[in-house]
Amino acid sequence: MSSDARSLAASVRSGERSAVDVLEEHLSRIDEREGDVHAFNLVTAESARAEAADVDARVAAGEDPGPLAGVPVALKDNLCTDGVPTTCSSRILEGWCPPYDATVVTRLAAAGAVAVGKTNLDEFAMGSSTENSAFGPTRNPHDLTRVPGGSSGGSAAAVAAGFSAISLGSDTGGSIRQPAALCGVVGVKPTYGLVSRLGLVAFGSSLDQIGPFTTTVADAALVCEVIGGHDPGDSTSLPQAFPSVSDHLDDGVDGLRVGIITEMMGEGISPDVAARVRAAADALAAAGATVEEVSIPALTFGLSAYYLVAPAEASSNLARYDGVRYGNRVDAPTAGEMMEATRTAGFGDEVKRRIMLGTYALSAGYYDAFYGKALKVRTLIRNDFDAAYERFDALISPTSPTTAFAFGDKTADPLQMYLNDVCTIPTNLAGHPAMSLPFGVGDDGLPVGVQVLAPALGEVAMFRVASVLESSLASSGPVAS
Amino acid sequence: MTVAGVDEERWEVVIGLEVHAELSTRTKLFSAATNEFGGEPNTHIDALTLGLPGSLPVLNEHAVELAIRVGLALNCEVRRSVFARKNYFYPDQPKNYQISQFDLPINAEGWLELPSGQIAGIERAHLEEDTGKSTHVGGGGRIHDAQYSLVDLNRAGVPLLEIVGKPDLRSPDEARAYVSELRAVLVAVGASDGKMEEGSMRVDCNVSVRPRGAEEFGTRCEIKNINSLRSLGRAIEYEAARQVDLITAGDRVVQETRHWNEEDGRTHTLRSKEGADDYRYFPDPDLVVLDPDPEWIERVRAALPPLPAARRAVLVDRLGATREQAALLVERELDALCLATVEAGAEPVRTLTHAEHNLSDDRARDLDPAAFASLVSMELDGELTATQAKTVLAELVEHGGDPVAIAADKGFEAMDSSELDSLVDGLIADHPDEWQRFCEGDGKITGFFVGKVMKATQGKADGKVVTGLLNARKG
Repeated sequence: MSSDARSLAASVRSGERSAVDVLEEHLSRIDEREGDVHAFNLVTAESARAEAADVDARVAAGEDPGPLAGVPVALKDNLCTDGVPTTCSSRILEGWCPPYDATVVTRLAAAGAVAVGKTNLDEFAMGSSTENSAFGPTRNPHDLTRVPGGSSGGSAAAVAAGFSAISLGSDTGGSIRQPAALCGVVGVKPTYGLVSRLGLVAFGSSLDQIGPFTTTVADAALVCEVIGGHDPGDSTSLPQAFPSVSDHLDDGVDGLRVGIITEMMGEGISPDVAARVRAAADALAAAGATVEEVSIPALTFGLSAYYLVAPAEASSNLARYDGVRYGNRVDAPTAGEMMEATRTAGFGDEVKRRIMLGTYALSAGYYDAFYGKALKVRTLIRNDFDAAYERFDALISPTSPTTAFAFGDKTADPLQMYLNDVCTIPTNLAGHPAMSLPFGVGDDGLPVGVQVLAPALGEVAMFRVASVLESSLASSGPVAS
Repeated sequence: MTVAGVDEERWEVVIGLEVHAELSTRTKLFSAATNEFGGEPNTHIDALTLGLPGSLPVLNEHAVELAIRVGLALNCEVRRSVFARKNYFYPDQPKNYQISQFDLPINAEGWLELPSGQIAGIERAHLEEDTGKSTHVGGGGRIHDAQYSLVDLNRAGVPLLEIVGKPDLRSPDEARAYVSELRAVLVAVGASDGKMEEGSMRVDCNVSVRPRGAEEFGTRCEIKNINSLRSLGRAIEYEAARQVDLITAGDRVVQETRHWNEEDGRTHTLRSKEGADDYRYFPDPDLVVLDPDPEWIERVRAALPPLPAARRAVLVDRLGATREQAALLVERELDALCLATVEAGAEPVRTLTHAEHNLSDDRARDLDPAAFASLVSMELDGELTATQAKTVLAELVEHGGDPVAIAADKGFEAMDSSELDSLVDGLIADHPDEWQRFCEGDGKITGFFVGKVMKATQGKADGKVVTGLLNARKG
């Protein structure tokens, strides 16, 4: 029996299966393996059962609960959920309940999805392994000794482990795509502005974008269409609907021009990962695409620019956690000391590191040399991407330099950890869409993700490429462990 | 131009004002929470006002329109602008940053014409959100030694227009005139109620002194907590004198923010600029560039009401009013009445004089111009004395009506001059001693005779005419 979202929703809408039955199947998998995986900060079994029963009641009444009827969904714990704790995996927000749902949460519910819980993440989405969570790391369902990637590690693991059919994450520098790659699932970061950020706890506001984790490309298309589209509550939301990608999944790639990014195939990229990307290129060529290498030199500055822009915005976005109005407070004799004590106790090391980096980058006398220059690099990257997209409809690269690494491997050296996102970061700086889909395994038998990149609002081409890769893999037989 | 306590032969005082005006919008600058003065603490709030995680700002279009109105009224260039975050920690600042405009303000490079005709430069007028209010309990009401503090966020997020004036003012009088004029403009365009006492208009004042004739400005201090026009004048006088004393004593002025204390009439150090705050401004990534459509700007310009300076100019040009009259009459909203009255046939000089001296009642704005015109004509035709005209005018303001009927009702009619002649002759005959003194030049005795005539005529006589008759008889 298929457990992808489309099949589940179809069986629930037709009355073939009940939403409650679908939910219980997923809850029992959670019962079985969540102790090992730790994908969730909170499982909301009770409210999920009520939501599922409601979906069933609507089906019984002859109504259509929507395209995601009865589909269990896990939500990254930086997405606000009305009356349900939203922690960002940080001590500082422990116990805080938002009085509202994020726009994406409202839209999923309106489409009939059933929320099963809040997933673990690197604190405030800062990290690439979920090891920075204040509530302990998530483990990779494919190998419990390995990280699931991050920061949306819990959401990626939840789908990989079958805890939920779909999940949502947020991607500031690769936080959806990299864990998707490491957990062997599909992950999408849409064009900046296509999915509302209202109700997403901000990390780097000009980079943050919400997107789905799914087991199939078609599911990813469907979820994007459900959660995307204009929201007047987010000033950076684009005034349009999400492109109708589902209609083009079967269009093939005949005549499409696809580039392999040279800068992401050499130094620092594990050969087995690079081999899978070349295999993907071959599959696309076999399906009729024109495939060639393309050099985009500015991308090599991406990491440096990102580690100025994202921390700068974060240093300001996280200033509100001061103990005055909500969240944890550590009492002290004066207001200033109370804020300092609260923030010292409430934030983990990585968050403090980035707040300090960002504060420094914005400081008087340093702004031009750091933040100002990073903005220029950002423009440069966007321009170089645009130049490449004059010749190509889509680009491909590895999502992550390696397959899932072991716990503790990179925690001692922040730079090593940051390098994990070298292939994903430039897309965020440009505001472009990109997605990762599983394309076989590495030498260690663990999933390898291939990244498909496209220009702003180029989602249709991106999904066409992804869809062809997915089918080519299916026809070549099961490769994943 | 005087500054008490400062030797103005030697010193020049330089003043630049920063005025924060709360804009009269229904909701806050970036959220749907209501913008209302007062109310129970923390009742005009929502997720954004509280700085809750996940909340996002959405710009209030009406606030932008009000900002544009003010910008155009201040002869500014309305520009493409960017919202920036000004980062600093304070308990009544919910996000610990304030959304403001930094290097790219919506309005720049304008000017304000004062009633005296002086032109005061405006550097910029930018949009920003207000902070909440803290009440520090115990320890003298300052945050540093308070026992605890209460935070009210009703005001947080209220739209403000910060209007930064150039250092073009040179005396407390000029500073007061500037603030009054600015307030009149804000009220005229409907941007703000301009109430200093409710804090909807707040004035920070930069003061420096320099030797008269010097080109360079002296080191300035910024004075906060000025709550009235009177305090503004007092604070400038105190601060200028303090700075002159320092320099005269061989000391130097330290650039700092100072707090005006209404009780002791002094300014006190609030914080020194030497450990200057670094606000780490950067463009707010939650908001997009604000680039008002030129057509919109022109529609706003076309809909602007006549502004005080233009209204004063009309009084001067069309009615020959003095600058002082024009300033007073526009301030009292009597300019429309004066123009209509002259239009209805009244003589301008007499009309303006009445409006200036005899129409301080607010209800005078509703006077019927035709009735006012008819009254002025009656007076100039000698049908009413000045005193009678004033009485009839007061009646017109109070109850309205027809001046002819009112005059008749009060028994006012022009005195027959022969009747007045014989009355004066009779008085001289009855009071030879007083007449003697009058003839010897005792001016004070004039009132004696005029009073007698008034009493005899029940006020119908014209005092000036009586004095003329007395003088004629003196020989």
